[in-house]
Amino acid sequence: MSKGVWILAEQRNGVVLDVSFELLTRGLLLASKLGVPLTAVLFGSGIADKELNRLVERGADRVVFADAPELASFLPEPYTACLCSLVEREDPDIVLAAATTSGRTVMPCAAARLRAGLTADCTSLDIEEDTGLLLQTRPAAGGNIMATIKTPERRPQMATVRPHSERPAPVVPGRTGELIRWRPEPSLLSSRVRRISYKAFDEARTIQDADIVVAVGRGFKRGENVALASKLADVLGGAVGASREAVDRGWAPYSWQVGLSGKTVSPKLYIAIGVSGAVQHLAGMQTSETIVAINNDSEAPIFLYSELGLCGDLFELLPMLTEKLQARKG
Amino acid sequence: MKILVLIKQVPESQATRMDEKTGTLIREASSSVINPLDLHALECALLLKESLSESVEVTCLSMGPMVAERVLREALSMGADRGVLLSGREFAGSDTWCTGYALSLAAKKLGKFDLILCGERATDGETGQTGPAIATFLGLPAITFVSSIQRSGRCWQASRMMEDGYETVEVEGPALMCVLKEASVPRLPTLQGKREARGKTIEVLGASDIGASSDDVGLKASPTRVVKIFRPVHIKQCEKLSALDAEGAERAVDRLIELLVEKKLI
Ligand SMILES: Cc1cc2nc3c(=O)[nH]c(=O)nc-3n(C[C@H](O)[C@H](O)[C@H](O)COP(=O)(O)OP(=O)(O)OC[C@H]3O[C@@H](n4cnc5c(N)ncnc54)[C@H](O)[C@@H]3O)c2cc1C
Repeated sequence: MSKGVWILAEQRNGVVLDVSFELLTRGLLLASKLGVPLTAVLFGSGIADKELNRLVERGADRVVFADAPELASFLPEPYTACLCSLVEREDPDIVLAAATTSGRTVMPCAAARLRAGLTADCTSLDIEEDTGLLLQTRPAAGGNIMATIKTPERRPQMATVRPHSERPAPVVPGRTGELIRWRPEPSLLSSRVRRISYKAFDEARTIQDADIVVAVGRGFKRGENVALASKLADVLGGAVGASREAVDRGWAPYSWQVGLSGKTVSPKLYIAIGVSGAVQHLAGMQTSETIVAINNDSEAPIFLYSELGLCGDLFELLPMLTEKLQARKG
Repeated sequence: MKILVLIKQVPESQATRMDEKTGTLIREASSSVINPLDLHALECALLLKESLSESVEVTCLSMGPMVAERVLREALSMGADRGVLLSGREFAGSDTWCTGYALSLAAKKLGKFDLILCGERATDGETGQTGPAIATFLGLPAITFVSSIQRSGRCWQASRMMEDGYETVEVEGPALMCVLKEASVPRLPTLQGKREARGKTIEVLGASDIGASSDDVGLKASPTRVVKIFRPVHIKQCEKLSALDAEGAERAVDRLIELLVEKKLI
C-alpha cells in the first residue's frame, strides 16, 4: 500500500502562493498514475480553513496544516523538524516542494536527516510504468543536457520542482477534501536562527508574475536602446526580461535575467528580441504559452522554439510594432 | 575563531558531448577552476579575517580527485590559511546526500568551526543541496541564499535574498551559510600569495581517516541514481516571416498584431 504523494505548499503572510498550485498539477498527475491520494502540507500560523480549502479546490485530497506562531514565516530548523516529523509518522512515497529559496533549503535538510533521495530543480516528473518509481528530469551541465534521476530504494522520493515550469492546477468548484490542523510539539519549533527584519524589493512587478514578457538580448547593442523594449512592454502591460548577455553588459538588472542562472518564466506571451536562443536562456522560458521572436539572423535557434518569427532588424520592427499597438489603443 | 570554506573543483566550461549510443556524458577536456560562488564564500571568510579583532583561521576543504589540490592551492594563494583535500575512490559516484555526509565527517575531523561557508550552488551539478545537507549532518542551522554576512557581538547576521525581498536573520553560535554572488567581490591571488601557497602543504584525508565506509559514501550508498541523460528537444513549428525590407517589415508586424488578437493578448 503506497502512502501517497505529498506536495509542500507555500504561503506568504497567510496567503497560499501560486507555486503551491503548480505543485498540485504535478502531484495530481503522479497520484492518479499511482492511484493514491494527494496531500498538501502547509506550514504557517493561524490560517483560516477558507484559505486552506483553496488547496482542496485545486486538487488536494487532504491538507495537513502545521499551525504555530513559530511557523509564520520560513525558518530552516522548525520547518525541517516539522516536515521530518510528519514524514516519519506517515511515510509518504513522494514529497515534492517548489525549487524556491525555502523549498531548496528545507528539502535538502530534511532529505539529509531522512536519508532520502532528493533531486533538485526538476522540470519534468513522471512515474515509471513497471516499477512505479518517480522519474525526475532536470537540466544538467548548464542546460546542455537533461538528466533523469530516480531513487530506487530509499523513501520518500523527494524532488524540488522549478517554479513556473508547470501551470497552476485549475479550481474545481465544490471539490471536497480533508483539512487537518496540526499543532507541532514545542520541541519541533525551536530555532537558533531568528528573523529580524524583511524588506521587499522595490520593483512593483516581477517578470515572474507578468502575463507578457518582452525579452532583450545582445542584439540591442547599447543599454539605452532597452528603452525601446520598455515602451513595448508598457503598451502591452507586460514586463521586461533579459538574456544574460544583456545583464552582464549592465543594460538590465539581474532581477530581469531569464534562464538557467536567472528566473524561469512561463507567461502567456514571450517576445524574444535580439536574443539568439541559447539553451541556457531557453531553460528559463520555453514553457511560455506563446513565443514570438524578432531576430535579424534567420538561422537563430530561437526561431525553432517560436510560434511566430520576424526575421529583420529590431530597430525597425520594434518601434513600428509599439507605434501600431499604441494607435490601436487610441 | 575558525572558519571553514567548502570548495568544489568544477570544469571551466560547460561544453559537453554525449555518446549517443551509450547515453553517457563525455566531458570535453577542459581545465578545472574553483566553483565561482565558492570564491565569493572564500572572500567573505577573508574579509572577516581582516576585519574582526580576534584572530581568524580560514580552512578550505574540498572533496574531489587528487588534482583538486590545485584549486585548494589557489585558495591558499588568495589568503586561506589551510587547505584540506578529501579524496579517494570510495567517494566516487557520491550523490548530494553522500557528498554532504562525507564532507560533514571531514569537517568534524578538522575540529569545531564558528562559521562554515560555501557557494549557494556549483556550476556543474547546480543542485545547491550539499551545503544544507552538511549543516544538517553537523547539527548546524543552514542559512541559505546569503547576500551579506556580518558579525554583530556574539551573533552572525546575514541577509538572505529571497524571491520578493531581503530578509535579515541572526544566529548565535555556529552556522553554515550558502552565499550568493552578491555577498562579496572575490580578490585575485597576489604574486606573494602564490609564492607562499607554493610552500604550504595540502593535507589529504581518505575515507578511513574520517571513518567513512562504503555503506555511507560512494555510488552504492547514494539514494539517487542517474538513469538517463539526453538532449533536450522542444522544437516547435515556426511561422517565419521575412521582414528585411520596409514592406516585409510592415506585413510581419501586422501578422504579429493579428496573432496577439487571436490569442486575446490585446
Ligand atoms: C552555466 C551558464 C548559465 C547561463 N545562464 C544563462 C541565463 O540564465 N540566461 C541567459 O540568457 N543566458 C545564460 N547563459 C548564457 C547563454 O549561453 C548565452 O550566452 C546568452 O543567452 C546569449 O544572450 P543573447 O541571446 O542576448 O546574445 P547572443 O547569443 O549574442 O544573441 C544576440 C542575438 O541578437 C541578434 N541580433 C543582433 N542584432 C540584431 C538586430 N539589429 N535586430 C535583430 N536581432 C539582432 C543576433 O542575430 C543574435 O541572435 C548561461 C551560460 C552558461 C554557460
